[in-house]
Amino acid sequence: MSASPVRTTYREAVREAIRDAMRRDPRVFLMGEDVGKYGGAYAVSKGLLAEFGPERIRDTPLSESAFVGAGIGAAIGGTRPIVEVMTVNFSLLALDQIVNNAATLRHMSGGQVSVPLVIRMATGAGRQLAAQHAHSLEGWLAHIPGIRIVAPATLEDARGMLWTALEDPDPVLVFEHQTLYNMEGELAPDAGAVDIDRAAIRRAGSDVSLITYGASLFKALTAADTLATEGVQCEVIDLRTLRPLDMNTLLESVRKTRRVVVVDEGWRSGSLSAEIVTRIAESAFYDLDAPPARVCSAEVPIPYPKHLEDAAVPQPHAIVAAVRALMPAPVAR
Amino acid sequence: MTPQTEIDHFHYLLREMLRIRRFEEKCAELYSAGHIRGFLHLYIGEEAVAVGVMQALSLDDAIVATYREHGHALARGIRADALMAEMFGKQEGCSRGRGGSMHVFDAATRFYGGNAIVAGGLPVAVGLALADKYLARQRVTACFFGDGAVAEGEFHESMNLAALWQLPVLFICENNLYAMGTRIERALAQPDLPAKARTYGMVAETVDGMDVIAVEQAARIAVAHVKFTATPYFLEARTYRFRAHSMFDAELYRDKAEVEEWKKRDPFAVLRRHSGIGDVDFGSLDAAVLSEIAAAVAFAESGTWEPIDQLTRDVYTPPQDGNRERLAS
Amino acid sequence: MIEFRMPTLGADMEAGTLVEWLKKPGDAVARGDIVAVVDTEKGAIEIEVFDAGVIERLVVEPGQKTPVGTVLALIRSPEEPTGATLKAVPPLPPPAAAPERAIAASSTAPPPAAAARARVSPAARKAAEQLHVNLEAVEGRGPGGSITVADVERAASLAKPAAATPDRLSGMRAAMAAAMAHAKREIPHLYVSTTVDLTPSLMWLKDENQRRPVTERLLPVVMFIKAVARACTEVPAVNGFWTDHGSVQGTGVHVGCAIALRGGGLVAPALHDVPQKNLDTVAREFADLVTRTRAGTLRSSEMSDATITLTNLGDLGVESAYAIIYPPQVAIVGVGRIVERPWVVDGRIEPRSVITVSMSADHRAVDGRSAGSFLTAFDRALQAPDKL
Repeated sequence: MSASPVRTTYREAVREAIRDAMRRDPRVFLMGEDVGKYGGAYAVSKGLLAEFGPERIRDTPLSESAFVGAGIGAAIGGTRPIVEVMTVNFSLLALDQIVNNAATLRHMSGGQVSVPLVIRMATGAGRQLAAQHAHSLEGWLAHIPGIRIVAPATLEDARGMLWTALEDPDPVLVFEHQTLYNMEGELAPDAGAVDIDRAAIRRAGSDVSLITYGASLFKALTAADTLATEGVQCEVIDLRTLRPLDMNTLLESVRKTRRVVVVDEGWRSGSLSAEIVTRIAESAFYDLDAPPARVCSAEVPIPYPKHLEDAAVPQPHAIVAAVRALMPAPVAR
Repeated sequence: MTPQTEIDHFHYLLREMLRIRRFEEKCAELYSAGHIRGFLHLYIGEEAVAVGVMQALSLDDAIVATYREHGHALARGIRADALMAEMFGKQEGCSRGRGGSMHVFDAATRFYGGNAIVAGGLPVAVGLALADKYLARQRVTACFFGDGAVAEGEFHESMNLAALWQLPVLFICENNLYAMGTRIERALAQPDLPAKARTYGMVAETVDGMDVIAVEQAARIAVAHVKFTATPYFLEARTYRFRAHSMFDAELYRDKAEVEEWKKRDPFAVLRRHSGIGDVDFGSLDAAVLSEIAAAVAFAESGTWEPIDQLTRDVYTPPQDGNRERLAS
Repeated sequence: MIEFRMPTLGADMEAGTLVEWLKKPGDAVARGDIVAVVDTEKGAIEIEVFDAGVIERLVVEPGQKTPVGTVLALIRSPEEPTGATLKAVPPLPPPAAAPERAIAASSTAPPPAAAARARVSPAARKAAEQLHVNLEAVEGRGPGGSITVADVERAASLAKPAAATPDRLSGMRAAMAAAMAHAKREIPHLYVSTTVDLTPSLMWLKDENQRRPVTERLLPVVMFIKAVARACTEVPAVNGFWTDHGSVQGTGVHVGCAIALRGGGLVAPALHDVPQKNLDTVAREFADLVTRTRAGTLRSSEMSDATITLTNLGDLGVESAYAIIYPPQVAIVGVGRIVERPWVVDGRIEPRSVITVSMSADHRAVDGRSAGSFLTAFDRALQAPDKL
């Protein structure tokens, strides 16, 4: 009999996920910059050093390539490392290890070597951290075969995806939007592992499918509330997994609503939204009653001033406008 | 077969180097005739390093190497026929033909490539050693790379991390003086490699890479250090490749005279000059080796192409328990 | 003789230019000897020979750009070739054919045709097909004035069915004319007719329709179709075809219903298996047949499967009709206008609603007795409308 839900935060849910994993499996350890003494750049690992010790909560030097590569080697060697790259912005330094090693070792070795590595990264914009600290590159990384990409948006997913990712024999990259860490909510105290294979319908509707992930989920839900007052019922889908995409869920929704808007914090050109729209056009062309639409970040490095940053990334009003543009004009009675 | 006497051992070393030499020569021929494709990087001239170091490693130690790894693979015990089939791209190859010359892998002998990115294997080697330390296993990870890798950031990060965390990595730099076409003095402000290693607080030595006996001795000392102090070690092996960087290389960057000078120190000549080796029936040794190589070629030629409908296998690992279905990517 | 060929030295090397021979005919060579210098994009590369022997002949002269694999020289081997000699290049896997540099398919849509062209969503297009809606007549209220599913559905509920295009019509009429002439010429027509008291049927219909919503009310023609089918089951001789081998009975009763086209002309598509269907089904299917006939979307089975035809010219004011048979059928039934006529009932004279029903039959397949029996059965069926 599960106890009543507890009020907690996304950050605490991630921390509990790490703690739970480390208790369950002694092979699990966390390494990354400032995860130990500092307690984590986003305070996710606060207190874990005292609980698990420096062998299992490892501070690394500023050497993304080396410690991501070391994570790969350690995973091959029989441990279950969680590598924390502070943000996706710094993962660029480790791209060689991610793309040329983690993603390829299974294939290049003819199936002999698997890399059961988990890399967690913070991502996204919204804190006026400017151009080099505000990227959303998870869509870019979703281009690469050989790795899996997940983006937990809810507390349940923040709590539950990590264990499943650790159990996966292949590299899993977990993207935590930096504006979600403070998000509060309720979580069952025995909340446990969840799947990393399926998208989730967060709000059912019949007029348009809003497909999104990460922090944009909440903007989409806000937009859906507004649109509901205008009589437009949005079906809001949280992708949860960006590679592979759960096309079954997406297509079923689009076949029902006949309209789709994809909300993606990446820049429009060559983004994950482009891939999703293309797949929908390929598979559900004859079910569409309006062209597919996207709400993405503007084609600009993310600016520092708040009003410009807000204008650069997807916002609820832009999502509302995009949906309105797809709906037929009302019929004069 | 473990050699029982020193003479037997020297003969064994000679044979191991000869296997590599003949294998590489055959690869050159096969590549010229179009059977091996892509890139081909030959180890001719450097055989003493791989053979010497392998004598010091145990079967449960790990090896990370570069794209010039055929010699390391053979010396480690990967079968010549599986290796040749891999060169041909046949599915009987050690990496199912998927990797080719630059991506030789063998899980059974803990041979982790076969890496085509210069210095790309070093962080992985550090990680393998990290796992051994974490799981309290007394094993060594031997990481081979060239002088070119020393310029890469990944080299410095890996050296630092291995020394900082005291990980059991044996870094073996095969300094053949050229990073493809760039001589070491034109690439490194400080070309004294052991000096660089020592700045990371690491023990570092240099050995004559053309002398297999010297290499073996140096490697045994290094491996013992790594294994029993559980700290990393840097060994520079001074060597030279007699052939070009790869098959398609006009060698505009070095003098023929320099090559000829180094050829006088061919590892076979050096070994045979070593007092104590005694008489060697080179002819019958060579015949036996050539026969092994010919059989490997025949094996590769008669190997099969992987069916195209298998194209997308081994991108992800199939679920072991069958409970979790996988979505197609 | 050993062929020494231009080697491939690199993944992208296609040809090399021989710069210099370092050996001449008569020179002995050993495996690994450098025999020539070849110029490539990367510079001059020395090439080696992999066989031992004596140079027999130099085939390619310096200065020639030579594709990889071309024979450069011939070497005579001193003894039997060892296992080190390679055979000629064995077949590689079929190379992926270099894709033709096709003109890149334009990813932008071709510029829209004249501004009048409607933009229709894929779903709307599919709906229009299913509902037989002419898109040209639909007003689009979707994004950019595009036609959406809702627009099509709205149009369908208001629409008159689309007319067949004139082109198709004139072609059809020409074919029809030819068929009619042929039928009249070839088939020996037998004509019989009778007058049927329709009053019981009409009264039953009135009662029945009062109980039904407007959209489900039945028309008399539906009863005629059912009556024809009933009579066919009782008199199978009239339900079938005349072929070269004689008369062939139809395997089912498929009543061809003559339907007038708007632009003129008549089509008689089949309503399949009428005996197995109740009045409502027949009504519904008949209405659908009419819609699709006028939209020009009949199925080929409907055009060819009728085993007997009914033509109802009553709406046009004709009292009796003697129609021409549609070969290869052997009969056609004509029903005229419902008229009030004095009728004798129980010795008294009363006004009754009557129709004249006639049959034209192919005398080769149908004799007078069968034709007469058909009409009697038809009459009898209409006297018990609740059993239709």
